[in-house]
Amino acid sequence: MFQRVIQSGWLTLVLCAIYCLVMAPFASGFATFENAGNVLVAMLPLLIVASGQTIVLIAAGIDLSVTSVIALTSIAGAAMITTDGGPLAGTALGTPVAVAIMLLVGSGVGLANGFCVAWLKMPPFIVTLTSMMLFSGLAVWWTQSKSIYHLPSSFLFLGKNMWAATMVTGLVVIGIHWLLTRTLIGVRLRAVGHNAQTARVSGVNVRGTVLIAYVLCGVSAALASILITSQLETGSPVQWQNNLLDVVGATVIGGTSLYGGRGSVCWTASGVLLLALIDNSLNLLNLSHFTIMMSKGAVILLAALLDTLRFRTNGASVI
Amino acid sequence: MKPWTLGLNDIGKSYFGVQVLKGISLQLASGRTLGLVGENGAGKSTLMNILGGNTPADVGSMTINEQPYRPSNPRDAEDLGIAFIHQELNLFSNLSIAENLFLTSFPCKLGWIDRQTMIARSVSFLKQVGLNLSPKLRVENLSAGERQLVEIAKALRQDAKLIILDEPTTSLSSRESDKLFELLGILKSRGIAMIYISHVLRDVQRVCDEVAVLRDGSLIGSGPIYEFGESRLVSMMVGRDLDNQFPPRKTSIGPDKQLEAMHLSSPGAIYDISFDLHVGEVLGIAGLMGSGRTELARILFGLDSAASGTLKFSGREITNLSTSQRIVQGMAMLTESRREDGLCMPASIDDNIGLVVVPKYASKRMGVVRQKPLSLAIKTIRDAVRLTSSADGQKCVQTLSGGNQQKVVLAKWLLNSPKLLILDEPTRGIDVGAKFEVYRLIGELAESGAAILVISSEIEELIGICDRILVMSRGEIKDELTHGEFDRERILRSAMHTELVQEDVL
Repeated sequence: MFQRVIQSGWLTLVLCAIYCLVMAPFASGFATFENAGNVLVAMLPLLIVASGQTIVLIAAGIDLSVTSVIALTSIAGAAMITTDGGPLAGTALGTPVAVAIMLLVGSGVGLANGFCVAWLKMPPFIVTLTSMMLFSGLAVWWTQSKSIYHLPSSFLFLGKNMWAATMVTGLVVIGIHWLLTRTLIGVRLRAVGHNAQTARVSGVNVRGTVLIAYVLCGVSAALASILITSQLETGSPVQWQNNLLDVVGATVIGGTSLYGGRGSVCWTASGVLLLALIDNSLNLLNLSHFTIMMSKGAVILLAALLDTLRFRTNGASVI
Repeated sequence: MKPWTLGLNDIGKSYFGVQVLKGISLQLASGRTLGLVGENGAGKSTLMNILGGNTPADVGSMTINEQPYRPSNPRDAEDLGIAFIHQELNLFSNLSIAENLFLTSFPCKLGWIDRQTMIARSVSFLKQVGLNLSPKLRVENLSAGERQLVEIAKALRQDAKLIILDEPTTSLSSRESDKLFELLGILKSRGIAMIYISHVLRDVQRVCDEVAVLRDGSLIGSGPIYEFGESRLVSMMVGRDLDNQFPPRKTSIGPDKQLEAMHLSSPGAIYDISFDLHVGEVLGIAGLMGSGRTELARILFGLDSAASGTLKFSGREITNLSTSQRIVQGMAMLTESRREDGLCMPASIDDNIGLVVVPKYASKRMGVVRQKPLSLAIKTIRDAVRLTSSADGQKCVQTLSGGNQQKVVLAKWLLNSPKLLILDEPTRGIDVGAKFEVYRLIGELAESGAAILVISSEIEELIGICDRILVMSRGEIKDELTHGEFDRERILRSAMHTELVQEDVL
């Protein structure tokens, strides 16, 4: 029974439902349509980044550089099109070019990470930790720590229109889910995550697979950055600096394994939902930022514990 | 040494309603060695786990020296003189030999570890097991055989009255095994009781005084070893008569060469290896551990590259192709270690079986996998290799017995219809019944026209299934025997050739 419960992919979603039922009487304004919209909008960017992170975790890696990708792409895109002196300001192609540049920067960072992990055989943790420092630093240095405002309305459309943002996020998440469950790349990512040696002997291009994982993760961080930058109407070099734990945490809360091989974007979505619900409800209760941080930390710790339990019980033979 | 006795009375155990042990009663006294044999899953490990305090029995009782013995954890067992030497050794490779020996009770002086005493006592224990090494050496620098001896030294340090050895010879060369058996004889004369678990029945007959056969959790028979011949043991273990350990097969060697190796060399591993392998032929490679046989296989499969030489497959040169390209050409390789590079242990049976063949079921442009035909193909091959748990392909391979795991690896490759299958130690750690199945599948594949290369430490196995045997030693091919001239002695002599010559010089 215990086995069945902790191995279930539905566990986190059930926890979300229970959490809502428990919180509804206490937090006034929690169980309203308007608030549901708030929770949805708040979780969209996190959902995109965490879905990208899921890919890397399945391949037994980790990408800690996603928040620096968000910051770097945020200012790179904004600097192009700000009416405050951006080179592409006012041109018709400004917004599409800015978006393209953001995606390019995201995939560039992913390529660099993937190269270091796959070809130079460096540990993903240290590679992405240092690239986080490198690119966060670059973003602050480049802008002299100033935020970039005055973005054109064509760019702000995404952030202002909840439906458009939801559509984009939905497409990205469904796309990643499709990739992971229906395609050769998904099969290979899992195999590499379970056992890279076995995958290699079985004819899987391990290095290429790992590289793809990091590039996709970088691109999804850039996509999230587009949403965030337009929601906040600001290109900021410290964008999302404090949200790294949310990204990895949401993925692990959903049930994707830190040990590699096991994971799903659907699970990640429920992890993101749980974090968004906690954030939102505790805000409504007027708790301080730090209390919320502590609560989320505790939840993520429990999720990691659950992951370890799953990993161990999965391995224990019956006889 | 005072006489010491162990008694197991009517031990029973079930997991989740499945009875894995029932009514096991055994006696063992100091100075006696009990051989414990049975197929994988017969209940040997569970019985030893109960004895070693890892898990309690549901029913029955145990006694040591007529006193009730109820271990609640492994430490209790250790304190009463039971030492368990696992198949996968439990040493810390990052610590020194001495530290490993004294890990559970360091000699102390004023709260500090007394290194001098520790080293001095370690030297004496190492001497008792015939190891002439510095106790300061780190365990990672030791060979498998030396580690085994360190484990035994550790048991002596704990003043063990009973030593349980689980498949102690799997990773030892035959010379190391001989050395181990010699040591076991000495321990026996010192009055230490032993339980010896192994699939290698010849070793059991050589080492043990008594034998107990387990099948499906029951004790099928026990008694003095001389009452049990090898064939009787096998039929008791399997529950039916295996007249022949090897399935009969028709040889069907074709005229075409499937694989041509020409002057392959890789410094430190193999030197000037040349041979042909024909369509439908089963070619064996005999040799000791470290003879370069595994290195050769890895080079043939493109996992490592050769420094010089050429390799042709189906008449075309493939020297510079990658492993995945060679797989596409029709090569397959069952590696030496299932855990390390044969299987994805936490993944399901079906996911493991499908891994190699899945590109064939994917669309060219987007790589979308056609799940239905793939599942169907996987199910067919699962039945063909007679996987016992074939009902449930979602089960994770970690929970399978060694024999079934090996069948999963075979199924994975067979599904890709290979033209050449390289097998490195295909029957290591699997039971008699599963071995027979593996031999059957090899025979069938050869009959269907594939070329087979089998690497094995078990010479009987090679003699039983091969058309031709090459003998490797020190990275070179030393001898070649065709079917009529197979000779165990000659193969052994060629395999140890260089080492014997060297010893003569010394």
